[in-house]
Amino acid sequence: MTPQPRTSALAAASAVLQRDLVLALRRPSQLLQPLAFFVVVTLLFPLGYTPELAKLRSIAPGVLWVGALLASVLALDSLFRDDAADGTLEQFVLAGQPLAALLFAKTAAHWLLTGLPLALMAPVTGIALGVPIEAMPGILCALCIGTVTLSLIGAIGAGLTLGVRRGGVLSSLLTLPLSVPVLVFGARATELAITGGSPSGALYLLAALMVLGLTLAPLAAAAAVRIGLE
Amino acid sequence: MNTLSLSNWHVFRGERQVLRGVGFDLQGGRCLQVLGDNGSGKTTLLRSIAGLVPREAGELRWCGAVPADEGQFHADLGYLGHDPPLKADLDARENLAFALRVRRPVVAGEIDAALARVGAQAYADRPVRTLSAGQRRRIAFAALLCFRVPLWLLDEPTTNLDAAGIALLRELMDECLARGGLVVTATHQDLGLDPRRLDRLALAVLR
Repeated sequence: MTPQPRTSALAAASAVLQRDLVLALRRPSQLLQPLAFFVVVTLLFPLGYTPELAKLRSIAPGVLWVGALLASVLALDSLFRDDAADGTLEQFVLAGQPLAALLFAKTAAHWLLTGLPLALMAPVTGIALGVPIEAMPGILCALCIGTVTLSLIGAIGAGLTLGVRRGGVLSSLLTLPLSVPVLVFGARATELAITGGSPSGALYLLAALMVLGLTLAPLAAAAAVRIGLE
Repeated sequence: MNTLSLSNWHVFRGERQVLRGVGFDLQGGRCLQVLGDNGSGKTTLLRSIAGLVPREAGELRWCGAVPADEGQFHADLGYLGHDPPLKADLDARENLAFALRVRRPVVAGEIDAALARVGAQAYADRPVRTLSAGQRRRIAFAALLCFRVPLWLLDEPTTNLDAAGIALLRELMDECLARGGLVVTATHQDLGLDPRRLDRLALAVLR
């Protein structure tokens, strides 16, 4: 028997990406949960704290980023769980492709379906927190970059807790400390955007974190998944 | 010719040793039936051959050589575990297409041909969620056919199959062996394979 022609890692990864998007669209309610969580949490502050926009504006960066962080942690817990349960994750390991590339595709699909909508929703909830319109581009940019990093960090946590029953809390405990730099620089960029300063410094640092995550997180997630499947 | 040989194979699950010094030589065109009581490590053996479970010691030779590239060895093998690896929300055709595209480019018509071969055309368009366990297993066989790999690792492949399904499995295995392929299967069921093509490996529960 002749050796099989193998697809490139890129083609394999795009197949995984497409599969995850198709699957998610068949179950739209799961997609909306993190987004709804984010919107509800951020909108509770005007009700629970004060309706004064000046005061809300001062806490808006923290509210937006803590909301985004928690929504992301909630959503990522299940990133690999379904595929591990029905055996497709094993098939990924045995596909003769770099596992890191396939898991990166899964993470990318996840970000497209949760992180990106969340970032796009932030300006809307920002209005309720008294954020001026001029600050929106900076906030949108910061959240887009930041949620990518959060998704990548979450993928490591989801991989590490694959073998653990009800690993959701453990996964959060593992990933939240790693997410702190994203929270710090993301909130800083948002604050600068709101107060009229230039957020570019903080955005560059966020982007650097994202590049670090893009480079290393898929490899770490692949190693974690291999251990989790044993 | 394709050959698979294992020597001095030791595998632990946690602190417990499951396989101690297991070894075999399997020639192309032959089937190895792994026998043993529950807990004797049949599944562990198959999973460790595939590389899903790490081994403590032992050497695997594929076609006479230790695989230098794990990916290439994986591209040559098809592993079917206890549960058919199918997504419940996709139909059979979509499941096969995605499983295949991760490995290699899909040739037009081959998925339908494989589904026809396992007798699954009638329910190829229904979400896998609505299918019975035996129907899912047939679809998993279709995926295995599509992979067109020389080495099959089948863990309890007869689970949930009716008599016709088991006959189908025997035919598929026969065809694989006739092509010079190798099958390693953990099953207690007598598959009715040609005894001249069949090797047996008995595992014991280690204390």
